[in-house]
Order: sequence, then structure tokens, then C-alpha cells
Amino acid sequence: MELPNPDPRPEGEVRELERIWAIPGGYRLIIEVNNTVIGLIYIGVAFLFFLMAGVLALIMRAQLAVGDNQLIGQDLYNQMFTVHGTTMMFLFAVPAMEALGVMLLPQVLAARDLPFPRLSAFAIWAYVVGGLVFFSTIFYDLAPKGGWFMYPPMTLTEYSPGDNADFWLLGIGFIEISAIAGAVEIVVGTLRTRPPGMSLAKMPVFAWSMLIFAGMIMLAFPAVILATMMLEIERAFGWPFFTAALGGDPLLWQHLFWFFGHPDVYIIFLPAAGLVSMIVPTMARTPLVGYHLIVVALIGTGFFSFGLWVHHMFTTGIPALSMAFFSAASMAVAVPSGIQVFAWIATIAAGRQRFRITTASLFILGFLFIFILGGLTGVMVAMAPFDYQVHDTYFVVAHFHYVLVGGFVFPLFATFYYWTPLFSRKPLSERLGRWVFWLMFIGFNVAFLPMHLTGLKGMPRRVWTYPGDIGWDMLNTISTVGAYVLGAGVLIFVVDLIARFRAGNAEVENPWGAGTLEWLPNDVYSTRSVPHVTSREPLWDRPSLPQEVRDGHHYLPNAPTGGREALVTSPIHARPQYVVQIPGPGWPPFLAAVFTAACFLLLTIKLVPIALICGGLAITFCIAWAWGLDPGPSKGMVDVAKHLRLPTYMAGPTSHSWWAMVVLMLVAASLYLAYVFSYLFLWVVSPEVWAPAGSPAPPPGRWPISTGALLLAGSGVVWLVSRGLKKVAASRVAMPAALLLSLACLVGALALELSGHLVTGLRPGDNAYGAMVYLGVVLFGQLAFALVILGLYTLARHLAGKLDAVRRVNFDNYMLLYDYTVVQSLLGLGLVHGFPRLIG
Amino acid sequence: MSIARLVAPLTLLALQGCAGIQSALEPTGAEAERINVLTWLLISFSAAVFLGVCAITAAALFGGDALRERISGERLVIGGGLLFPILALSLLLSYGFYLMGPGSPVAHSDSRLRIEVEGKRWWWRVTYVGENGRRIESANEIRLPVGQPVEIELTSADVIHSFWVPKLAGKLDMIPGRTNRMTLQVTEAGISRGQCAEYCGGPHALMAFFVIAMPEHEFAAWLEREAADAALPPTDSEAVTGQALFQSSGCVACHRVRGTVAQGTIGPDLTHVGSRHSLAAATLENDPAEFARWIRDSQHVKPENLMPSFEIFTASELRQLAAYMDQLR
Repeated sequence: MELPNPDPRPEGEVRELERIWAIPGGYRLIIEVNNTVIGLIYIGVAFLFFLMAGVLALIMRAQLAVGDNQLIGQDLYNQMFTVHGTTMMFLFAVPAMEALGVMLLPQVLAARDLPFPRLSAFAIWAYVVGGLVFFSTIFYDLAPKGGWFMYPPMTLTEYSPGDNADFWLLGIGFIEISAIAGAVEIVVGTLRTRPPGMSLAKMPVFAWSMLIFAGMIMLAFPAVILATMMLEIERAFGWPFFTAALGGDPLLWQHLFWFFGHPDVYIIFLPAAGLVSMIVPTMARTPLVGYHLIVVALIGTGFFSFGLWVHHMFTTGIPALSMAFFSAASMAVAVPSGIQVFAWIATIAAGRQRFRITTASLFILGFLFIFILGGLTGVMVAMAPFDYQVHDTYFVVAHFHYVLVGGFVFPLFATFYYWTPLFSRKPLSERLGRWVFWLMFIGFNVAFLPMHLTGLKGMPRRVWTYPGDIGWDMLNTISTVGAYVLGAGVLIFVVDLIARFRAGNAEVENPWGAGTLEWLPNDVYSTRSVPHVTSREPLWDRPSLPQEVRDGHHYLPNAPTGGREALVTSPIHARPQYVVQIPGPGWPPFLAAVFTAACFLLLTIKLVPIALICGGLAITFCIAWAWGLDPGPSKGMVDVAKHLRLPTYMAGPTSHSWWAMVVLMLVAASLYLAYVFSYLFLWVVSPEVWAPAGSPAPPPGRWPISTGALLLAGSGVVWLVSRGLKKVAASRVAMPAALLLSLACLVGALALELSGHLVTGLRPGDNAYGAMVYLGVVLFGQLAFALVILGLYTLARHLAGKLDAVRRVNFDNYMLLYDYTVVQSLLGLGLVHGFPRLIG
Repeated sequence: MSIARLVAPLTLLALQGCAGIQSALEPTGAEAERINVLTWLLISFSAAVFLGVCAITAAALFGGDALRERISGERLVIGGGLLFPILALSLLLSYGFYLMGPGSPVAHSDSRLRIEVEGKRWWWRVTYVGENGRRIESANEIRLPVGQPVEIELTSADVIHSFWVPKLAGKLDMIPGRTNRMTLQVTEAGISRGQCAEYCGGPHALMAFFVIAMPEHEFAAWLEREAADAALPPTDSEAVTGQALFQSSGCVACHRVRGTVAQGTIGPDLTHVGSRHSLAAATLENDPAEFARWIRDSQHVKPENLMPSFEIFTASELRQLAAYMDQLR
């Protein structure tokens, strides 16, 4: 192979890279946006949440050690199990995986950074602030106590007065948004910042799993975001989505929650499986057996996981036929997991030498042991009649801890031991690692294996106490002992971590002799040059690669634009397309995140005016941060390799920004689909409240037709501007006029839609139909709000001379979102105005 | 020494007296018995698969070169990960469907007796509806005739609860706005315990009940007694004073004692409370001392429950109230 940059590189390039990518010192570290720094903060905070939620678990285990115990009492226990579950799922598991996506993914892809570093920084700080405040509610008796699943009607104001439930809804609702920001980053990062030559078929399994992980977040999280919106609206304003007496249905929440909740388990497990698929080949010193099968299995798991949410609802009295379907689907999902398990075992067997036993590989073997058991009990509970007995008992507690601790925590610890040398000057202690593993492994099994029996003997979940004389005492005592042994293992790990972890570059490069790119020589700027990849294990197949990369013989060995930059490649074949200039450290993302968190939390405690001020500040800082983006083509073409000159600016479908916008639109679309589902679901449940029979008929046809016409007109204006952007943008009158006209159409359409429903006399609090109709308006209004800000921003860019026919990314994004809004709203008009006419 | 030896097993026996009263593994109902067969089938299947996978993993780790070579290809992945699970799970699923029949827990039956159970925070309203439409209200305890299938109709008055008697059948949720139905058929006389299985806030852990299965003729006699109004307390007893206290202290706003002025419907019907197996939804034993404790201290015994602690009563008043309650049999 001919090297991309075969000639010796000039002096000083490395120093230049070091200067450009230098990490700000002292407290200014918080303004850094580079993935290695914020990724470490991200994983650190996620791990902190693991520890804190783990302490809650230990306290709960102490309470349950014997029957009729009065140690912590009912109310605190109820808060604790709610916070334990919520924290583990929302503040630890998903964020920890996103953190690995931020921290490790660019390294695995030998990318300089993720494509939107400030977006990551924003997501991370919003999560840190929001998460810590949420968790702290346990200390002042304000923690939610409705369980991590928050089933209404128990969580409605009538049965849960006080702000506790709101902390869950607003706090978690907004952490979900932060998760989506991370997913956008990961999708675009995986598809567009791979090194040249790394086609999808050569992509490491970890990157595949992160891609699917992010895709699943895009599809699953909107359902729970919509559900939390509905529940919060019902709590605050009394729109009866979940109140049976007014046509709502508590089961709607369960459908939406589990449509998110079940895939969420795989959202957590898939990346962990990806990590295992990275570590196993290294320790076996042989390529992964069945790479293609594993990729297909990952995709299959993602696909199936959306078809079995109802198995969380087997005991709600659903029809036998759907029970049979979801029962079968739940079993089918075992197949892709089976494929992966056997692929790992085959890989272990395939090594010419025996599987190397390190702490990381012990955790992998422990993972196999525990996860297989969890998978098998999963097959058991998929059998509906068996589930009737064990649902909501300790059997299920045991099952999902086997799945999640086995399928996620153990691989995560393997990850810590395996990849720490990449981020720390010293590795973790292998000697203490053995203690950590065995204590955790034995402790876990002692704690959770007996719980299967406890559940079969009839002990339900979420009970703060139980009678001492019905045969559950001994089993619970054993579980408690096991929990503390597990805790001891984690404690030793923490001690070792504190003693040995020092951020920086390792003394030993590639200590495990791995084959993937993250083990290339690394510094703050990632790899000196971006390698040309020709196989799945480039470091094994081309032993000279590290030296070549270090000497700058591959792509982008320097910083031709004089700032931070990354190489953008094509999504399938990873052909170099352009060099993206990416932003460096700055205050705006941090401040925007802090004020976003403040806005949500202040809303929770009903300090509305201050909350709104914080919201305004958050938007202001977002704008301040966005202002520095879209640098335009001023840097022209640059040399990336000897025979490769690439542009430094790109608009349209090739640009990474366009891709992010499309991803965001997919998220919005799945939110809207969840809305359509909810609308039809409530109609099926309560046709009697639906218009035209049970509620005022929708306004006459001229209303929706005018609304639709306005939307199409606005879209037409935007389209004309896009067509003639060269001419229009040259005018200081035409462009602002056109933009304002399009916004006027949009706002007019929204106003028309809202007043149309108001004149019929329908009110959102009347019944579930009214609530759904006005929720449609709210969803339209949300997009309109975003568009008004984006439109005015685009206008300002134009007036500032930062927008023209070439430098048009801002305008393109405006157009994309505008068109999306028009499509969604037209669909909405069809549903809200057409459906009652159809059934009437 | 010898006495100790003699006594030890007996105490052990006494201690185990209640163990298993809520265990799905010791079924005394038709549904639970069928599920129990399935349970052991699933456990055996899982154990076999688990041991098999462990054996293959051990071979991959420690086996000889020839053995490791043989399991190192994609053949293992396809055979173990694709073919085996598809085959085994299809068989398992078919057998499961065969064993359970279609849609078991919601299957209807033409039972003569119907029992409506309404989940409340945090107790159970139980209404027996006879063939002739006669409604007999009770609370926090269900009595069933052995051998006879009984339809249970489940609703909720407030939040979601779940009705579960592990020895008799699987659980079924009680959801506001919906009615769920199941059939219970007890196979032998005796006591079993049920408990709310869907977290319903506050003292969810203390929302249980007993099911007492009796031979059919005994049950019929009991049902007649249960249908009757409360008997008058024996004259000149503490219970008479207790009844007066009960009627003058606000208890009647929530509780009903049929045949008296007490006609409240917010709380449990107390017409025959003295004959029940437990108090406060299987939280306390049923005896006069516990009655007194409950009335005085209900918020401590069962925090957040909707009955306030009545600390206004003196010790003798509590005794009188308890005596009245106790004789409502």
C-alpha cells in the first residue's frame, strides 16, 4: 500500500497540533469540549451515580434483611427504591454507555473528535447538573416515590400531591433530551468520522453496537418523552390523558413507557456486547469468529426489541392472542443473544494460544455466566402463564439484575480494566482486580440467586417490609449478605481507582496487544495522522501502522486550517470528503447547560418566572455558541494527503450538519408517531368521548384547509428562497422579507389551528379527546417555537453577512426543519380534523 | 437434653407453620397447579441449557487442542446460537400453550358464585354475588368453596393494584376504568395468603388478605351467616358501651355495620369483622388487643393508610370498642 503522506513531515507540526488541542488548565477545564476530557467527566459522573444508587440498594437490603424490620421505614424506602431504579437506568446505565460513545468511540475510529463537541459538552453538563440535583432530593424528603415506572393514576396529583413526582418527570424528561443529543452525536460520528477505508464491513463491532444503540435511542426515547410530557401536563393542568373517568387510560402510560422501557434494556446491553466483542478477540489473540453474524444479531436485537414491550403487561388482562404474539416475540429475541454468546465462545476456542486470563477477561467470563442465567430466566418469564406468577415478584428482581448487572455492569468493569491504560498513566492493579472480580462475582450470585426462590415463594417487589413468619426470612438474609460482599468488591475497585488513576497517556502503548485503532499512539489531538484502514484488525495486519501514524504518514498529519478539525468521510465506504472545522473550548455550552437544567428544576418547584429567565438565558447561550459555527469556505481547499485536496466547508446532503438535522427530524417523527398511537389508542378505549358524538365536532373544513394552505404557502416561500438563494441572499430586503413571511405563515397556521378548536367550545380538560386534540396543537407549537428562533437566527446571520449562496448551512437547516414541520402538521390536520369525520 | 431434643423439632414445626402460605411452589388451586408443572419444566430446561453452555465454555477455555479446534468455527455459532434456540424455544412455546390452554387467567366460566373484588388504597372490598343477584359485602378476606370454580371480578377504585394468591393462581391487575376477570378453583381446604402485587404507593407492602377455602356445605352455611346483619351485642357487656362509642365517635362515617346506624362506605364493611382471619388487610392478628392497637395507632401500624389514629380514646374506651368489634362475628 502506498502511504497517503509518504514524505517526511516538516518540523513543528506536532507542536502546532499540541497547541491547538491543548486542554485549558485549572477550573477552565469545564469549558473544554474535546471528547477525551468531557468523556472522562461523563463516565466519572455516571460511575458516581452507580455508587450512590448502589449505596441506596445496600440500605434497602439492610431493611429487608429480616422480616418486620423497622430500620428505615416505609416512606423513605419507597423513595429509595424509586431513586435507585431511576438512577441506575437513567443516570447510570444509559449515560455510561453514551459516555463510552463520547470517550472511546472517536478513539476506536481514530477520529480527532466527535463532529459536534459542543453539543456533547452541553449534553454532559446538563446531565451532570440535572442528575445531581435529582439525586439529592432523596436527602430532603422530596424524592419521587412512584417507582421508576411512575404508573399513573398513582402518580397523578390526586394520589401523589407534592413536588416529588414532578422531580421525576421534569428531571428525567430533560435527561432524556440530553440522551438524544448524545445519540445524534454518536450516529453522525459513527457514520461520518470513520477513518478512510474503514467501510461499514470493517467497522469494529463496538462502533456497530453504538450506532444501533443511538438509533434505538432515537426511536425509543421519544415515546417516554411524550409520556412524561402528558403526565406532567395532566398533573399541572388537568388534561385527562390517564384518568379513566374522563376517557383517559392508565394503560396508555404503560404502553408508552414500555415501548421505551423494553428497548432500553437492549439499549444498555448492546453497547456492552459490543465492548465484549472488542475484548474477547484481544484476549484470545484471534479475530472475532462470526463478525457478520454478530452484526446481524445486533441489528436483529434492535429490531425485535421494539416488538415485545407488552410482555411487561402480561398481567394487565390483555387479550390472549396478543399475549401469544408477544410471548413468542419475547422468546425470539433470545436468538440474537444466543448467536453472540456462541460467537464469543467460539472465539475463545479459536485462539491458537489459550484465552489469556486477566481481570478484564475474568469479568467477561463472569458476564457470560451471569448473563446466560439472566437470559434463561428471561425465556421463562416470556412464557405468559409463568409470568402471571412471578411478575412483580423477587423472581423478576433477580431476572433483570442478572440481565443488567451481568449484561452491563460486568462488561463495564471489564472495560475499565481493559481500556484504563488508554486514559490513565498507570493501569489498574491486576492483583487487586482479582479481589474485585471474585468479591463482585460471588457477592452478586449470593445476593441474587436466592431471590429467584424468594419470588417463587410469593414475595412481591417494592415492599418495604414483610411478615417474619411466612418463610422468606432466611433467603432475604442471605441476599443481604451477598449484597454487602458485592459492595465490598466495588469498594476495593474505587480505592484502586483513586490510588492509580491519573489522567494522561500510558507508559505502555497497547499493553494487551490489541488489533484495533484506539491502541495507536495517542495524544490530546488523538492520533497524529488519521490511518488508512484496510482490515478489521489494522494493528495486527499492519504492524508498522503505529509508527506510520506517529510519523504523520497517514491522512491529516497537521492542522491545515489552523484550528481544531476532523476528517469527514462518506457513510458507507468511508471515502474522505472534507475537513470539518470544529469548535474548541468555550463557556456557552457549559452555561447553556447549567441554565437549561436550572430552568427545568425551577419549573419543578413552581418558580415559574425565574425558570423562564433561566430558559431565556439557556437559549441565549445556545445562540452565542451557534454563532461561532458555520465558518464558511474561507479556508478554501487544504492538503490532507499527498494526492488529496479536500474542501474545508460543505453544505447540503454531504455536510455533517445536514445529517444531524435529519437525525433530529427522525427523533421528532418518532415522537409524533407516539402521539398518533396515543390518539388512536385512547379512541379505541373510550370512543364515547370522541367527536362528533361525545365532544364538539371539529371546526368546519375551511379552518384546517386555511391552516394547511398557510403551511404550504410558507413552505413554498422557503423553497423559492432556496432556489434563488444567490439572488435573494444578495438583497438586504428580499431575504429578511421572505424569512419573516415564512415565519408569519407558520405562526398564522398555528394560531388558526388553535382558535379553530377553541371556537368549537372544546377544552383540553373536558375529556381525553379534548386533551389529545390540544396536545396536537402543543406539538405543532413546539416545532413552531423552534422554527421562530431558528428563523430569526438565520435572519440575523444574513444581516451580519454570514449567510450567502455558498455559506448556507443555517438556511438549509431552517428549510429542513420547516419542511418537516409542514409535513408533520399536515398529517396532524388530517388526523385531528379528518378522523372524527371518518368515524362520525 | 432429651427434652430439648424432643422439643426442638416441634418448635421448628411451629415456626414453619405459616411458611409456604403464599408460595407458588405449593399450589392448592387448579390454575397454580398447572403453572407449577410449567415452572418445573422451565427450571429443568434452563438448568440443562445453562450446564450445556458452561460445559462448552469450559471446553473452549481448558479443552485440548482438537476439542477447541472443533468448537472454534461459525458452525458452533449457527448451531448453538441459531438452530438450537429456534428449535428448543418453539417446542417450549408450543408445549406451554398446550399446557395452559388458550388465555387461561381470563377464561370465563359459568360459575354459580361471583366475587367482586375492588382494590382500594390499601385494602380490598369483597362482594359476594349469588345466583339470585344477592350482594353480600365484606372486606380483606375471601372465602371459597373447595372444588367449585368461582369467578372473580377485579376492579380498582383509585390506583392500579394487582390481585394475587400464589397458591391458587397467577396475578391479574386491577385497573381503574377496566374490569378484569379470573376464575379460582381451590383443590383443597385450607388457608392461603394473597397480596397486592402492583406497587400502589404508601403501605403497598401491607396490603394483603387471606383466602379461606372450605368444603362446599360449610361455605354455604358461612355465606348465610355472612349475609345476616350484625347481631346485637350481649346486654350489659363492654361491647354495648363499645357500640355506643363506635356510633358517637365518627366511626360510622366510614364504616358500615349492617343492621345498625353505621352505614359508611368509605372504609371496610365491619359487619362480621370479628370472624375474619386478620385485621387491616392482613397486617394484624384478629384479637381485641390488636383491635385496640389499630384504632389508637393505625398510622404507626400502617403508615399513610387512610384511617387516622384515634388517640382520643382512653384505655378503657379502647377496650370497649375492641370488645364490640371482636363480637361482630
